[in-house]
Amino acid sequence: MKFSLSWLKDHLDTDATVDEIAAKLTAIGLEIEGVENPAEDLAGFRVAKVLTAEKHPDADKLQVLSVDSGDGQPLTVVCGAPNARAGLVGVLGLPGAVVPSNGMEMRKAAIRGIESNGMMCSARELDMGQDHDGIIELPSDAPVGTEYADYAGLDDPVFDVAITPNRPDCMGVYGIARDLAAAGLGTLKPVDAAPVAGEGPCPVDIRIEDRDGCPAFYGRAIRGVTNGQSPDWMQARLKSAGQRPISALVDITNYVMLTYGRPSHAYDLAKLSGAVTARRARDGETVTALNEKEYTLDDTMLVIADEAGVHDIAGIMGSEHSSCTDATTDILLEVAYFDPVRIALTGRKLNLTSDARSRFERGIDPGFVNDGLELLTRLILDICGGEASEVRHVGAPPAADRTVAFDPALTRSLGGMDVPHATQRDILERLGFTVTQTQDHWIVAVPGWRPDVDGAPDLVEEVIRIHGLDAIPSVALDRAEGVAQPTVTPEQARERRVRRAAAARGHHEAVTWSFLPMPVAEAFADGQPWVLANPISEDMKAMRPSLIPGLLMAAQRNMARGADSVRLFEIGRRYLRGKGGASDERLTLGLVMAGEKSSRGWQAGKARMFDAFDAKAEAMALLDAAGAPVENLQVMDEAGEQFHPGQSATLRLGPKNVLARFGTLHPRIAKAFDLNGAVMAVEIFLDAIPAKKGERSFTRASYAPPALQSVMRDFAFLVPDEVAAGDLVKAVKGADKKHVVEARIFDEFRGAGVAEGHKSIAVEVVLQPHQASFTEDDLKAISDAIVAAAAKRGAVLRG
Amino acid sequence: MKDTMADIDQLRADAMAQIAASRTLDTLDGVRVAFLGKQGSISLLMKTLGKMTPEERQVEGPKLNGLRAEVTDAVAARKAALEQAALDAKLAGETVDLSLPAADVPVGSVHPVSQAMDELAEIFADLGFAVATGPEIEDDWHNFTALNMPDTHPARAMHDTFYFPDKDDEGRAMLLRTHTSPVQIRSMVEGGAPVRIIAPGRTYRSDSDATHTPMFHQIEGLVIDRNIHMGHLKWTLETFLKAFFERDDIVLRLRPSYFPFTEPSAEVDVGYSHEKGRRVIGGAGDEPGHGWMEVLGSGMVNRRVIAACGLDPDEWQGFAFGCGIDRLAMLKYGMDDLRAFFDGDLRWLKHYGFAALDVPTLSGGVGVAA
Repeated sequence: MKFSLSWLKDHLDTDATVDEIAAKLTAIGLEIEGVENPAEDLAGFRVAKVLTAEKHPDADKLQVLSVDSGDGQPLTVVCGAPNARAGLVGVLGLPGAVVPSNGMEMRKAAIRGIESNGMMCSARELDMGQDHDGIIELPSDAPVGTEYADYAGLDDPVFDVAITPNRPDCMGVYGIARDLAAAGLGTLKPVDAAPVAGEGPCPVDIRIEDRDGCPAFYGRAIRGVTNGQSPDWMQARLKSAGQRPISALVDITNYVMLTYGRPSHAYDLAKLSGAVTARRARDGETVTALNEKEYTLDDTMLVIADEAGVHDIAGIMGSEHSSCTDATTDILLEVAYFDPVRIALTGRKLNLTSDARSRFERGIDPGFVNDGLELLTRLILDICGGEASEVRHVGAPPAADRTVAFDPALTRSLGGMDVPHATQRDILERLGFTVTQTQDHWIVAVPGWRPDVDGAPDLVEEVIRIHGLDAIPSVALDRAEGVAQPTVTPEQARERRVRRAAAARGHHEAVTWSFLPMPVAEAFADGQPWVLANPISEDMKAMRPSLIPGLLMAAQRNMARGADSVRLFEIGRRYLRGKGGASDERLTLGLVMAGEKSSRGWQAGKARMFDAFDAKAEAMALLDAAGAPVENLQVMDEAGEQFHPGQSATLRLGPKNVLARFGTLHPRIAKAFDLNGAVMAVEIFLDAIPAKKGERSFTRASYAPPALQSVMRDFAFLVPDEVAAGDLVKAVKGADKKHVVEARIFDEFRGAGVAEGHKSIAVEVVLQPHQASFTEDDLKAISDAIVAAAAKRGAVLRG
Repeated sequence: MKDTMADIDQLRADAMAQIAASRTLDTLDGVRVAFLGKQGSISLLMKTLGKMTPEERQVEGPKLNGLRAEVTDAVAARKAALEQAALDAKLAGETVDLSLPAADVPVGSVHPVSQAMDELAEIFADLGFAVATGPEIEDDWHNFTALNMPDTHPARAMHDTFYFPDKDDEGRAMLLRTHTSPVQIRSMVEGGAPVRIIAPGRTYRSDSDATHTPMFHQIEGLVIDRNIHMGHLKWTLETFLKAFFERDDIVLRLRPSYFPFTEPSAEVDVGYSHEKGRRVIGGAGDEPGHGWMEVLGSGMVNRRVIAACGLDPDEWQGFAFGCGIDRLAMLKYGMDDLRAFFDGDLRWLKHYGFAALDVPTLSGGVGVAA
């Protein structure tokens, strides 16, 4: 909402400065977004008179002027305007002034050999209009030497105020003046809405078919108007509000809306036929609105129509057809009360915003329908002439008689502020509330222009915002008694541990968009991904079903910037379909490694690339950090079609519960993301890791390091290719769980001496004696058990 | 007798000369064998003692033993010297250029948003706030209706909401939460009262320009209890911002505002000054050279919201606030481009990220010094 100081002062009697007004507006909840004075842009432009005009000796189209700018000493100015002539009074820009239209600073300069001391300006150069055919011609009695901004009445600061949606009353200057007056910044001037006596009944029959949508429709005709330009003062006001002046009739309706928050509509009476009716639109009915767009309506929408068709999408925008033009002589004025919800729904359905809609849907003062019409009539008669009919009142606006029971002690118990009751009452009354004191509380009548106030907390807000929120003293919250307990859940604590473990292992945490391009999301989705109806772009359309693709895109950007090695991870949600149409959002860690694992070096020689075992190492380490029982995990395939079929796996706890997948990315996917070389990816499904059972306990299982020395034995097995090394180790470990404490593969070999279709796997086994040292017989028995267990997996001890 | 003496002196001189002349351990060992070995000249001389009379032996014995001890010591000393020299020579050959680089162990980092969230959780833990979460793909009841924004509420339009075409089984429109406030609803519905939570997380608005990204992070705070008022809200915000910025001179300005889910409502500005072209939080915004910057929205939870969550608004009241985490991190650590937060540029992450061990603690200071 923008308005000028002079406009405000029409309604507020105040001596306050611009800064004081701006500060107070912000302090009472009408946030100032800016204060501008158009005069500042016009500094250095003066009213000046051309004394003489001679042809430039060296240029056909230029003249050399002698200009009186009020300093006594005439200035030489070179000018190319055809209308420049002796006796003309215009606007002179002096050196140092900045031309508003192009931001250029003016300087003294020689033009074709003659020094020019300024510039006579066109309207367009001063951003005062489109005219650029010649320089501005002011009336001959315009005071030479005066700043042009002063002369033109432009020295009028403009306030730009953000109006919150609960304050339709402040979508008019008068409401803002009322708030300022309540805050002690002046006196509110009364509204003069004395009725205009009409001549004869309104010639148009007004009907309401849809009483819910349009409880009241007041109308009157005015005949014989002249619809020219509105007066300068009104145009200046509208411009200060950021509105373009159109014609007197349109400007007047806008002016009343911007001053009192009261929208209205003027129809060209000549374009109407028969009765004018507020009714529901018919399904499929169309109207071309004032914005020149055609809208197709349905029967939830309220329209104002005559026998021929729709003339107004009620409360939102009038039709092109019956709008007032220069040729309009007779009009029908409409001041109505529309149901806010209906206006909001219609506006949203049509995706049509307007100044009228934003006021109607927030709530118009039902007590100001008639006053609005009278104010409007008076202005039209004053400016456009004509003769008004009597008012036709159809229907009645809802009664503005709401009351709220209020205990002023609530200001303390809710607002945290001690405000004397008398002060509270004074504030409320200055805002237009009426306070009636009963035995133990107040009955506060709410004025019609405050549809937002419907409860005691609203009144607390009124009191404290006018009194000033700065006066609220800070009061400490009580501390919880007893010992501090964790404030994060075990899952949140786990997330933190895993994050810092990943960073400690050399990975950089990224935060990537939750959105993906549709084809990417589909390539990584199991089911139907969540797809936005109104994405910001095609690249941000679907919610990610996996954390890998976002990281791949980030990896690609880094590679494109010349990064040799990328280690990125992210912890966030992947978005799946849940029960009952809700989402199922699962905390996930994604990790991508691309490029060099280690760069070429003077010690290591060539650069080393990442491989699938690097991915496995990260998966295992991070699962361990997450508290997963890593020693019990099974390596199984089926990591998904996004992965290399022979270099990827899942890590499962039992056959069903997949805790992670890892491995080399499928070359097809890497290529699709424009990534060269092998790319490793890990995805850990943090939500799948089982929670620790039982209560939080700090006591660990008791343990004492064994007193006896452990024994190491090596076994080399010949194993069929299809047997997984991990299964062999598991068999070895399981052969004698009491004594085999560790089994570790230290060699894997195929080739000379190893039969075709087989591999040689060497395992180092650590045996731990408990009560007594091993005897040779003990060791032989354990070895035999190990060999027997391995044999069950098809492994044969090599000779 | 004289002969033996002469032999001894001669042997000593020979042995000493040969020991001193030994340049290698092998040569020295040859000398040792030549004199002290089984057939060595000193050993042979010692054997003659057996044939002597006791009187002669009493005289010659100590002389010969003395000779053998002297030569043995000299061999040992020479051996030690040769070994030392050999070690010195070996070490001299093992010199490396330690100005060469050592092998790198990759160093990772924690994203500023995560770091800021950990810091906030730490600060609020001290005030007794638990960390709550809720879905990002929400239904319009939790995101709007329960927060006193019915379908036609004009504030809905101000939220630039991302919608899905889907509806849940109860017919509620699915959308991306526009704020963390639906977690208020879920906390009250599921946990009842009293409540004291923060809810950090991702939020979304259909907005993208230099200072807005369609995804951003917010932290919600909610306290519902008996006898909570705006003074508690103000204290909580002051305490948290002072702790976060580690400055005692934080000055807040509460401005009346409007949110459908709070009544009364206040936007909160924090005073700042300019240092080296950057905004630095601290001081009152109306001091010379200072300004006010809006950092959060807050208010007393609207009675309708409390009632929508199944609580009695005559018994329970409290405050809520919401604050942008990305903005807080930028103000504290001096980043100036929000969009860089979500790019994953390794150069940026290395510069602005945090070490794994920089875990915020109250005792160590929740911030990480530059």
